Amino acid sequence: MTVSIGEIYEEVQPSDVAPEGGQIHGPRAGWKLALSSFVENRLAVAGAGIVVFFILFSFVGPLIYHTNQNSTNPINAFLPPSGAHLLGTDSNGFDELGRMMKGGQAALEIGFFASLIATVIGTLVGAVAGLLGGVVDAFLMRIVDVMLSIPLLFVILIVGDRYNGATVFSLSIIIGIFSWLVSARLVRGEVLSLRVRDFVFASRTMGASRRHLIYKHLIPNALGVVIVNITFQVADTINLLAILGFLGYGLNYPQVSWGDMLSNALNYLSDGYWWVVYPVGVCLVLVVMAFNFIGDALRDTVDVRLRRR
Amino acid sequence: MEPVLEINDLSTHIQLSRSVVQAVGNISMSIAPGETLGLVGESGCGKSMTGLSIMRLLPNGGKVVGGSIKLSGVELTKLSDADIRDVRGNEVAMIFQDSLTSLNPTMNIGRQIAEQVRKHRHVSRAEALERAAEALSIVGFPNSKERLDNFPHQLSGGQRQRVMIAIALSCDPKLLIADEPTTALDVTIQAQILGLLDDLKQRLGMAVLLVTHDMGVVAGRADRVNVMYAGRIVESAPTTELFTHMHHPYTQALLGSIPLLTQNRSERLFSIPGIPPDLTDPPPGCRFAPRCSRATDQCRTEEPALEPATNDHHFACWHPVDGPIVRTTIAVNGTAPAPAGAGEAEHSDAAPGAPETVAARNGSAAEPAFGARGWQSGEGDDRLLVVDDVVREYPVTSGVILQRKVASVKAVSGVSFTVGRGETFGLVGESGCGKTTLGKVIVGLEKADKGQVALRGTNVTGLRDRQLRRFRKDLQMMFQDPIASLDPRMRVGAILREPMKIQGIGTKRQQDKVIADLLGEVGLPANAVERFPHEFSGGQRQRIGLARALTLNPQVIVADEPVSALDVSIRSQVLNLMKRLQETHGITYIVISHDLAVVKFLADRIGVMYLGKLVEMGTGEDIYLRPVHHYTAGLIATVPEPDPMREKSKSEVGIKGELPSPVTPPSGCRFRTRCPAAQQICAEEEPPFRPFHPGHVAACHFPLQQPIDGGDPLAAQAGTAPTIAGS
Repeated sequence: MTVSIGEIYEEVQPSDVAPEGGQIHGPRAGWKLALSSFVENRLAVAGAGIVVFFILFSFVGPLIYHTNQNSTNPINAFLPPSGAHLLGTDSNGFDELGRMMKGGQAALEIGFFASLIATVIGTLVGAVAGLLGGVVDAFLMRIVDVMLSIPLLFVILIVGDRYNGATVFSLSIIIGIFSWLVSARLVRGEVLSLRVRDFVFASRTMGASRRHLIYKHLIPNALGVVIVNITFQVADTINLLAILGFLGYGLNYPQVSWGDMLSNALNYLSDGYWWVVYPVGVCLVLVVMAFNFIGDALRDTVDVRLRRR
Repeated sequence: MEPVLEINDLSTHIQLSRSVVQAVGNISMSIAPGETLGLVGESGCGKSMTGLSIMRLLPNGGKVVGGSIKLSGVELTKLSDADIRDVRGNEVAMIFQDSLTSLNPTMNIGRQIAEQVRKHRHVSRAEALERAAEALSIVGFPNSKERLDNFPHQLSGGQRQRVMIAIALSCDPKLLIADEPTTALDVTIQAQILGLLDDLKQRLGMAVLLVTHDMGVVAGRADRVNVMYAGRIVESAPTTELFTHMHHPYTQALLGSIPLLTQNRSERLFSIPGIPPDLTDPPPGCRFAPRCSRATDQCRTEEPALEPATNDHHFACWHPVDGPIVRTTIAVNGTAPAPAGAGEAEHSDAAPGAPETVAARNGSAAEPAFGARGWQSGEGDDRLLVVDDVVREYPVTSGVILQRKVASVKAVSGVSFTVGRGETFGLVGESGCGKTTLGKVIVGLEKADKGQVALRGTNVTGLRDRQLRRFRKDLQMMFQDPIASLDPRMRVGAILREPMKIQGIGTKRQQDKVIADLLGEVGLPANAVERFPHEFSGGQRQRIGLARALTLNPQVIVADEPVSALDVSIRSQVLNLMKRLQETHGITYIVISHDLAVVKFLADRIGVMYLGKLVEMGTGEDIYLRPVHHYTAGLIATVPEPDPMREKSKSEVGIKGELPSPVTPPSGCRFRTRCPAAQQICAEEEPPFRPFHPGHVAACHFPLQQPIDGGDPLAAQAGTAPTIAGS
């Protein structure tokens, strides 16, 4: 017995109820996948928890735990932890815990603000260089090379010296202007591989302008690596700020950074005033580590999205 | 005879982070010495996992959870990891699809072959290299001793696959598992490699497990075939029996949905509705039931076992069919088309009963005009798109700083053709023949170095950005890779809206209406607009790609390998859809593919390209039944067809040798280096296009048929011009 093709068609496609192409039962939405894989990573959850804790600690903490951080009080210097000063006081009589909150504010503000500047500049430069290629690409990338060869620390030290100290704002801008190089290279690399993908060709056959390609296709698709990079950038900036503070070129009084506190405390390391050294040190390590955990996990989730596509 | 391999009730699962894929479920099979067993199925059906289970090379999370694998009586599943390493490469060898990544780029091939010999045989380094040279000569490398020092990048794809085979054979395995051994290769090279495998099997008496998705490949090479679907073997039979008296509806449907070269183009292809089941949660009854036209409640609840129909024909179905789907085919006079060298031309049998196609109308009604540069189709209004002497070359530069141009890759070298309104023009050729570049030049993604592409009389290649943008909406493209062609960060709604947004067409509400209509037309549910591309299957994504190309209501759609990334059962759905949309929208297609059957099914006229040049142009019947150029004839002879009788009757390899470098193409006729009829003149003079039928032209000094006008002295002496059919 043979079946004619007509017969089978009758049987197979009796109605228009089900779409010919079949229903969609693919995997869940990408961000949900990404979120669930992020949540599965315990280190990442811990990292996110630590970051949230420090944001609350630095910005909400001072509202609950009132301290005087403006006038020195040598009589109170080096008081050990007690009910009045939970983590004791430092050489100037400032409350140590309150000072850590203030330092945390500076660290997080500069960390986020500098990374934002770096990412915006880096993404645009990288996308333009990658898409246009040729002379533009060569020119922009040589700028990157030149800037990478200038030691960032020197520039900041010189600027700090010349303009008599830095504020949160000025430090963010200086660090931001010198940190976009890495994200520019990253985005350029992504764009180089994205711009030969078929969906970009498809958009070009529709008559899309370069502006459209950059904003609608290239940047959104490179965003994964950019976001991952931001977290590492924040960690690096906080570290850099600590180094600057430690060298004495950090924020000006009355602002304070964890680096300043550590630098001050170092003089008293052998005097048994442990509370001026270890709590700050632990804060710094925890925050930087937390951002790195988050970055690692985000990198993995970006990969997961790519794998499941 | 004791079977080499005996698999009993094997189940393999792959543990994912949240679910378990039941990749292989309770399969049994056996292979006798010297036998080739074909294992066919669509992607994700578990055929590769079966091969990897035997080798215990499963991906992360993969595990054999039940059953036994016996190799000459030795239970492989019980062996320790150390013991299985002695079996791998020694008693069972495997060839993979991608020969470029399967070879180590930092080691010369001699060492790579010797490495395996030294692992399994206790021989000295020199003896191992000796053996390596021997293995290389077996797989067809002349002066194999010198070849031992070559590195993988110095070899072509076909040669690398030969090296892989040499490695596999170096220890005289009892069983060779060939996992899609030719999928990455061109048809002409595929035929050579399959011929080699066949020959070696006979000489060395190995058993071969040939894992492939291509029914054409198993038809000619396998003794028996197992058809897999969703982790199960659904049918197992001797090859000829399977192709002529299949009992499982899936086998029947799978074979029915493959476009044949002999296919009647006016008939829709049979297609299997829906997509294969998700193996993390397979349906309870027969796994094919949701897509099966014969399914009953019993099929949906109870799973049929693999029962014997005859001694060696097994199938698993409650409601079996008998034999293939009947389809009307064009007349071939009961014989396969004559391969290269056939003197008597099978001309003028212009497919009795073949429907009148646009091309037939154009070709026979209009006075054929033979321009200096080739054939121009119909006249006036019919000439929608004119491609005139297009040249595209990519510079090869040397030096890091100065980047001197030292040579150029001749991707397209002077191609001319004309496409009429509503017509489908097909471009076929091997990879590297320039067909994709030509497609990109036509839609304006690449600039032509010379020549022009004219749409409705306007030269599109000469336009500047702004003017070009207006023309772009008439020239759209459909891409090969359904994954890469859709922006993963955009919802389908946004993807379909994008063309209208760029061109500034319609209000948001009008755009929504267009999007909804298009989704309906390409057979996708309306809720697709909110989904992201990764939520769709390959076939569905290709439907979205087609919908996007249609959004601007273009006049021409260039479809670059529109179905080659899709599974067979999905392929026919998309092909039917493309044809239907052409009728409703009056689109002109330019279909680019390496697959002659696909092009022949879609196209009214076909152009055959070789190394940047068109060598022959004509209707599908012209090309298939009356090939003139030796390349065309060879190509047809090498295309694997899902028909064991025809495949097994093809004795010789169609086209010998490899594609020459497009940097330094051969002088004169570019095909001469591989042509059986090449003579001195072929190297000196480039053959001009000559007409062989109305609308059938070819560029060959020694054509397989006589040209109409007999103007060429070389051709004239061979005989008189054939009668012209249809005019």
